[in-house]
Amino acid sequence: MMTALLASSMSMLGSTLWPISGPMPGVLAALAGGVPMAAVNWHSVLFLLFAAMACACAVAVVLADNVVRMAFYLVLSLASTAGLFFLAGAEFVGAMQLMIYVGGTLVLLVFGVMLTAQAPFVAIKTSSSDRVLAGMVGAALLAVLLQAAFRVEPWRRPAMAAEAAPAATPIGMALLGVRVDEPAPGVPAAAVRSGYLLPFEIVSMHLLVVLVGAAYLARAKRRRTPRAIDVAASSVGPVVAARQAARSSASALVSGGGR
Amino acid sequence: MNHLAAVLPSVATPLFAGLLSSPVGVAHYLVVGAILFTAGVVCMALKRNALGVLMGIELVLNGANVNFVAFSSPYLRGEGAASLGLDGQVIALFVILLAAAEAAVALAITLNFYNNHATVDIDRAEDLKG
Repeated sequence: MMTALLASSMSMLGSTLWPISGPMPGVLAALAGGVPMAAVNWHSVLFLLFAAMACACAVAVVLADNVVRMAFYLVLSLASTAGLFFLAGAEFVGAMQLMIYVGGTLVLLVFGVMLTAQAPFVAIKTSSSDRVLAGMVGAALLAVLLQAAFRVEPWRRPAMAAEAAPAATPIGMALLGVRVDEPAPGVPAAAVRSGYLLPFEIVSMHLLVVLVGAAYLARAKRRRTPRAIDVAASSVGPVVAARQAARSSASALVSGGGR
Repeated sequence: MNHLAAVLPSVATPLFAGLLSSPVGVAHYLVVGAILFTAGVVCMALKRNALGVLMGIELVLNGANVNFVAFSSPYLRGEGAASLGLDGQVIALFVILLAAAEAAVALAITLNFYNNHATVDIDRAEDLKG
């Protein structure tokens, strides 16, 4: 229902922007090759927009060398994936994707980038032979996955079901152990359908343990031995060290002479 | 170059026009999920920065999530195709939660490694090498 509403509003928007009989401007018209405006499926247009953005930003994450830029592209890719979730009718999952992934996990990652962004580690180069090898392996994996995606015939022909209820309430009830949604067409109605109370509890305990463990791992420790980073910072070079030693001894002499 | 510019529209235009006017199906979502998954795997294999490897893991989990949501969607189901129904959305939620937990622990480990070794280059993590 949401998608139909979205599509109708988008087509209204399109018809106000470009008259139905008139030509579409620029590149879009050249690529669309004379598809009449009324025949354009706006759900597909939005899907193409979000899908192109998600894939392009995912590839940009791979190609970028700078960590900060990688984090930025990852934010864009995950946000457009949330748009894909909205278009598929999973509005609750899309909202959680925006709130937890983009709002939480990415902020965590950006904090990690900021805490470790010393000059030599912002851009660590990979050797070009590794790049070529990884590209070949990636192309082979992509070929296998795409072939599997297009092999099943019913997956290519959507039915665009007219009515679908919002999914937030059934998801909440399922997490409480009660299923209120309609069974899927492939599932016999008499089958006992379990809720998700036990996985919900397991995930809750998991999150609690992870929170404690992460706080334990990342806590500030008082050390007996100096940290390697301090050693690396102090051992900048024999000349500087000798100069610092000379300066400290000179200041000791001056202060001793003052007394 | 001119030859390519002449050939490309004649190939791309019917494809793009078909994509614009026909509704999307599960296979379209699977293509997006496959590209995200592959980008994540290549990112995990290629990056030498530990945080880059973490970002690759996030991409892989996200690609799997796209597939789960596509299979559970009521809009994309073809005639006679089975659907995950609500299960796919709930599994996608669990994946998001576990990804958040994994990112927190992995980031804590990375920061600990950075405190001890003064680097985030994973090629330098060879203390356990036999």
